[in-house]
Amino acid sequence: MGAMFEHTFMQHAALAGLCAGISCGLMGVFVVIMHLSMLGICIAHAAFAGAMLGILLGFEPLWGALVFSLAAAAFVGPLADRGQLNPDSAVGIVFSFMLGLAFLFVGLTPGAKTHALSLFWGSILTVSTTDLAYLAAVTALIVVLLVLFFKEIQAVVCHRRVAFAVGIPATVVFYGLLFATGATVAVSLRTVGGLLIYSLLLNPAAAAFQLTFSLKWMFFLAAAFGVFSCWLGLAGSYFWDLPTGASIVIASSLLFAAALAVSPKRRMTTWRR
Amino acid sequence: MQPDAIVLENVSVTAHHATILHNLSLRVAHGSFVGVLGPNGAGKTTLLNVINGLIRPSSGEVTVLGKKPFQWEGHRLRSEIGRVAQAEPVDRRLPITVRETVLVARYGRLGWLRRPGPGDHARVNEALAAVGMESFATRPLGHLSGGEYQRVAIARALAQDPRLFLFDEPTASIDPRVQSEIVALVEEIHAARGVTSLYVTHDLATLPKTCETVILLREGRIWASGPREAMLEEARLAALYARNSATGTPA
Repeated sequence: MGAMFEHTFMQHAALAGLCAGISCGLMGVFVVIMHLSMLGICIAHAAFAGAMLGILLGFEPLWGALVFSLAAAAFVGPLADRGQLNPDSAVGIVFSFMLGLAFLFVGLTPGAKTHALSLFWGSILTVSTTDLAYLAAVTALIVVLLVLFFKEIQAVVCHRRVAFAVGIPATVVFYGLLFATGATVAVSLRTVGGLLIYSLLLNPAAAAFQLTFSLKWMFFLAAAFGVFSCWLGLAGSYFWDLPTGASIVIASSLLFAAALAVSPKRRMTTWRR
Repeated sequence: MQPDAIVLENVSVTAHHATILHNLSLRVAHGSFVGVLGPNGAGKTTLLNVINGLIRPSSGEVTVLGKKPFQWEGHRLRSEIGRVAQAEPVDRRLPITVRETVLVARYGRLGWLRRPGPGDHARVNEALAAVGMESFATRPLGHLSGGEYQRVAIARALAQDPRLFLFDEPTASIDPRVQSEIVALVEEIHAARGVTSLYVTHDLATLPKTCETVILLREGRIWASGPREAMLEEARLAALYARNSATGTPA
């Protein structure tokens, strides 16, 4: 096992897995409880479209990913709030638009499409120090914001209408969560990939959701499961020569299946005092 | 003299090209207990949503507790309004307990970056005790029955220390025995606290007996208003609930 971390690229990959696992796990809690599961896939494709535009026009793909994913997040909130659409429909509309843009930019990119494929599947083993720094910065920011504004986030995530009615600026908090999800996806794009990040956002949080009635514990478990999925996937990739991104996704899916199997919520049909 | 708690002047609300409230004017004095009665679709919930700042009127002026609900101070105003909505289904797996959801009532007043202190927790305990739900404090919110959920919603409103209560059909979709318990609880709270209260219902049987004034609402207009006894005369109510609006002229 120790030999695995003798290589610098594996140390970077483990750190990237730590950060992506924490940030995606934490933001996944918001996605799972508020039934915004399409949100992850929508923002992931927006980030992918932005990064592809960067490749096409010759600027840093990360900035394109960040701008597009934040723009997608900025559209989803008002579409759901003012457009008389349920949030899932709003997310679906933005998702299909971003998917169209992504394929348009891939089609317009001259030459081999290796960059596009690498963004689609991710390449945690080739993550650069700069990518790692961005990922660590966004993860740290999310953890700090979560600690500072936990009470507002708890109120909005669990019952947004109640939060608004008691005087919490629920709309500001909701949009803040959307933007944080956008930023998380953008900085994780190169590491986990546009297609695979959806599962890292959803599976660890969905597994945590099965195991606790405490939101604090759910955040903690989701982050832990996210990191565990990444590291398990990395180990699988290292020892059995499997594709890393796919291993991470399968690890997180197995983790969810295990949580569902032992879930006290699934077994509990009536509450006993 | 203290200004009225609620002042609505020529308020209209339009949505989807339909007018829900028509040029409605209303004054509610501080400390009064007002019932709002009307058939489904009369605009009762919309009226509460306008007062609470959840729906912006297309025209007219709204002043609640001396503040405008649609300006920057809207959040501060809402922290002073305890609203009890209709019971709604809650995901059984939702990760929030009864105590935590009641504590949320204190967050609006606390504001950003301030943690609830011992005083806030004491308020939550008092509110849970007032509605007889102390023993449910650690239970997940999604594990409550409709009646228990409404008691918790009332506890949440109490924990806000509000200057105005808005009750939006709190007994809807609850069995009749529990309905009368909830109504008795609302009457008790008003008697004990004397806080201005607006109680909306479509069901005469669930209108609290201690409402001094009753507003009859129909098709987005105040159809009649006045003392409880006068408003609840049989002929007047029969006309209010008549299916054809042409037959329903104010008595």
